[in-house]
Amino acid sequence: MRSNVTEYDLVAPANLPSALSLISEQPGHYTPIAGGTELMVALSAGRLTQKNLLSLHKLRELRFIDVLPETVSIGAGATFTELRKHPIIASDFPLLEAAASWTGSIANQNRGTLGGNIVNASPAADSPPALLAYDATVTLVSNRGARTIPYSEFHLSYKKTVLAPDELLFSVTLPRRFSSHRSYIRKVGTRNAQAISKIALAGVALIADGKIAEIALGAASLREVPTRCTATEQSLLNQTLSSATLPALITSARAALASEARSIDDIRSTAKYRAAVAGNLLEEFLRQLL
Amino acid sequence: MSEIHLTINGERRTVNVPPMKRLLDVLREDLKLTGAKEGCGEGECGSCSVLIAHGGENAELVNSCLVPVLQAEGAEIMTIEGLAPNEAAKLHPIQQCFLEDGGAQCGICTPGMILATHHLLAKHPQPTLTQIQEGLAGNLCRCTGYMRIFEAVGHAAAAEAAK
Repeated sequence: MRSNVTEYDLVAPANLPSALSLISEQPGHYTPIAGGTELMVALSAGRLTQKNLLSLHKLRELRFIDVLPETVSIGAGATFTELRKHPIIASDFPLLEAAASWTGSIANQNRGTLGGNIVNASPAADSPPALLAYDATVTLVSNRGARTIPYSEFHLSYKKTVLAPDELLFSVTLPRRFSSHRSYIRKVGTRNAQAISKIALAGVALIADGKIAEIALGAASLREVPTRCTATEQSLLNQTLSSATLPALITSARAALASEARSIDDIRSTAKYRAAVAGNLLEEFLRQLL
Repeated sequence: MSEIHLTINGERRTVNVPPMKRLLDVLREDLKLTGAKEGCGEGECGSCSVLIAHGGENAELVNSCLVPVLQAEGAEIMTIEGLAPNEAAKLHPIQQCFLEDGGAQCGICTPGMILATHHLLAKHPQPTLTQIQEGLAGNLCRCTGYMRIFEAVGHAAAAEAAK
């Protein structure tokens, strides 16, 4: 059943201070909408329960990619097309560039934003595994001020985040320190183009003196929120990497990943398939590290 | 209701509509431009594709079923009706190539395919097959099997280059 659009209100503040004032005067009243690639689908299907929407589309303050010597900060309103076009994203953060390239079609990448992909808080979203692997921080703003937290602490439970009702996601910041790291990302969906992932894994690792000196793994659809796989990382950290040690490393890492997986059965896949393929992706990454 | 100002195919139009009304429905119902089609209504099929530009930026391909019309305020929009300079006299080269190569059959996907092709050729005037496939991946066709569409796009690129 199509929604009756006359029941919905949409306001479009001209700038960020006006948007923050609106949500601080009536915390929780408005639901932010950026590119609309998620909420408009719900509207068409007659299941958009939020009736008062706040358009972030015009907010130029959220639409930037700032390159500094040590970090790159991406405004929440940057689109996937803008991420894909940016030379520093491609050179320093290839996992994010890859994730952006398979986030929906070109038309959806032209509208969909990095901030929307995060705040929508789907466990299957494409950009979070890369952001988790890169140790991203997120900056949240409100009329009370700004705060920056690790992205790994942003998602609390299914579709619940730390965003307060008067807060907006402002930016995502990535440290530029992965030039010597090996990296891996793979999304498994029904088909290559446009399908939502059944399972996805992103990872970066630093190999020094034959050991895994640093490793970070981010997964989609492994748990109820996008997840940093800390138990798996711990099982691999400081381990010697050689063709002799690899089989045992793979066994222990797969066991650790299985222990922290809480995958579910849903319309896109089964828990059993997700857990098995997550292990296969991890193994593929580890084999590539040799 | 919101008063929305749009430039559609070069013509200024004003509509009074609910701000969350989908741009697709405003085009079809309020402006009687029925070239953009509704297929899936969830941004997967591309049959509602239009080109939209804000304040002199490059035109971007969007699914008009996912655009609340208030977000199109002040925008310049091109629909399939605006592609050929003069409909009675001549087709646009992309349209002509789709026609000659059998890139259009039932016609539901065709307006979106052609606008996606227009957007693709603006970015990549001489696209590779992979670029064509990626550029049109958001536009589903259930008739042609796509091969004739890819041929039409290749011929359209060659026609532009020969100009």
